[in-house]
Amino acid sequence: MWTPPPQLQNCSAVSSEDPFLTSSSLPTCLPFASSQSVPLPFPMAHGTTTLAFMFQGGVMAAADTRSSCSGLVACPASQKILPIHSHLVGLTSGTSADCALWKRILARELRLYQLRHGRRLSTSGAAKLLSHMLHPFKGTELCVAATLCGKKMNLSGPRLFYVCSDGTRLRGMLFSVGSGSPYAYSILDQGVHWGLSVDEAKSIAREAVYRATYRDAYSGNCVDMYHITSKGWTRRNREDLKEEYYREKERACTHAHTHPQTDRQRRERAMLESKENWQEYHED
Amino acid sequence: MLSSQHFGDPGKMKDYHYTGPVEHKFSPYAYNGGTVLAVAGEDFAIVASDTRLSEGYSIHSRDSPKCYKLTDTTVLGCSGFHGDCLTLTKIIDARLKMYKHSNNKTMTSGAIAAMLSTILYSRRFFPYYVYNIIGGLDEEGKGAVYSFDPVGSYQRDTYKAGGSASAMLQPLLDNQIGFKNMESVEHVPLTKDKAVQLVKDVFISAAERDVYTGDALRICVITKEGINEENIPLRKD
Repeated sequence: MWTPPPQLQNCSAVSSEDPFLTSSSLPTCLPFASSQSVPLPFPMAHGTTTLAFMFQGGVMAAADTRSSCSGLVACPASQKILPIHSHLVGLTSGTSADCALWKRILARELRLYQLRHGRRLSTSGAAKLLSHMLHPFKGTELCVAATLCGKKMNLSGPRLFYVCSDGTRLRGMLFSVGSGSPYAYSILDQGVHWGLSVDEAKSIAREAVYRATYRDAYSGNCVDMYHITSKGWTRRNREDLKEEYYREKERACTHAHTHPQTDRQRRERAMLESKENWQEYHED
Repeated sequence: MLSSQHFGDPGKMKDYHYTGPVEHKFSPYAYNGGTVLAVAGEDFAIVASDTRLSEGYSIHSRDSPKCYKLTDTTVLGCSGFHGDCLTLTKIIDARLKMYKHSNNKTMTSGAIAAMLSTILYSRRFFPYYVYNIIGGLDEEGKGAVYSFDPVGSYQRDTYKAGGSASAMLQPLLDNQIGFKNMESVEHVPLTKDKAVQLVKDVFISAAERDVYTGDALRICVITKEGINEENIPLRKD
């Protein structure tokens, strides 16, 4: 059970209007956990598509880069995949500030654990740590939904955990988080299986984010991809999806010209239109 | 429910419904307007802000610049709620002094940005209503711009506009400095004089269309020689 270290208790004892006292004893101060009493005059940054899945080659993680703030794109090039250490990567969704700061706090705690115990905390342990650290803030308007992807250097397989600020902590093979996740799930559910090759996995992840950005207004701009293996994470260069839209449009134009309906498509269409397969509405 | 019908355009009727007594709560926040902009070049950085301080329909002051000099290589621009801007700059000044006394060196722009992020996040549940942009030179002497949201999320950019006219200025900067949304253009590196002229033009345009921006423009140009300030008048209406 993670208990807050003594300095943080001092922080919560001192009132939040006294930053000098708290800041001299502690360089980074966790916010005083209280519910929002004052309505905010500004909107927070939200909206995203992130996804991660496990396969035989490790873990593939992908995310878009749009950070929106109730209708305005606050940042078209934000980073939602944040490496925590060489074998652990976190995908963040929710309020940008919350995600950035909590990832930083998690990285600090993991490093302290490593120094104190001489070994790295497992992905499961990191997920548990994050979940317990977020627990005091349950019910407040803190919004963090993180997917932790890791692979330890020994023989154990890759791990994928979803941690949410409402207390959820799930282990799974495939997660997609954010406003664009339903669209990403539809692509991933049909294509992801354990035996994928690395290139196939990359292409599915990219396609899922692309389709989500196509349909979801709050996702867009570029796609970031990370591949985590037992050797650590590797990052693919950020790709601007604008080009992909143009390529797809061209493909659709040429396809319509060179590929008239196949026999199979004709048969399917005939079956759909055949009256035997439809029950007519009877007024009785 | 009472309803009164009002005849507006001939043939159309408008309904006004009395929904009940409206309660006005005290809000600790106010919005004082203002626009801030920062641009980073190869060996310079520019932080510019207008100098109008407004509230609602009134102008409190025509000479309230929003650029605050933090160190010889860093300037902070903050717009939003003026009360929080003042307190935040006082806190940052104090923390800079503390750092100087305990570490015997001045804080770098990147370090100031990281510190500001934690200061803002420490007030996550009663935030500083301030939109910050830091402009300065990094350790290698290159221009750096760090933009923040009110609760501390930040990142390094090449250019950023914040404040009331930010939604108007940011697309223009995307196009002129980032060469976005244009096909087959030559990416010419931005010189200091061109950047200053662009900032002036951009603020003149903002003052035309945004009511909270105007009066005068304060430009701070940061180079390794120091910080150079310039005042340019804008529309006063």
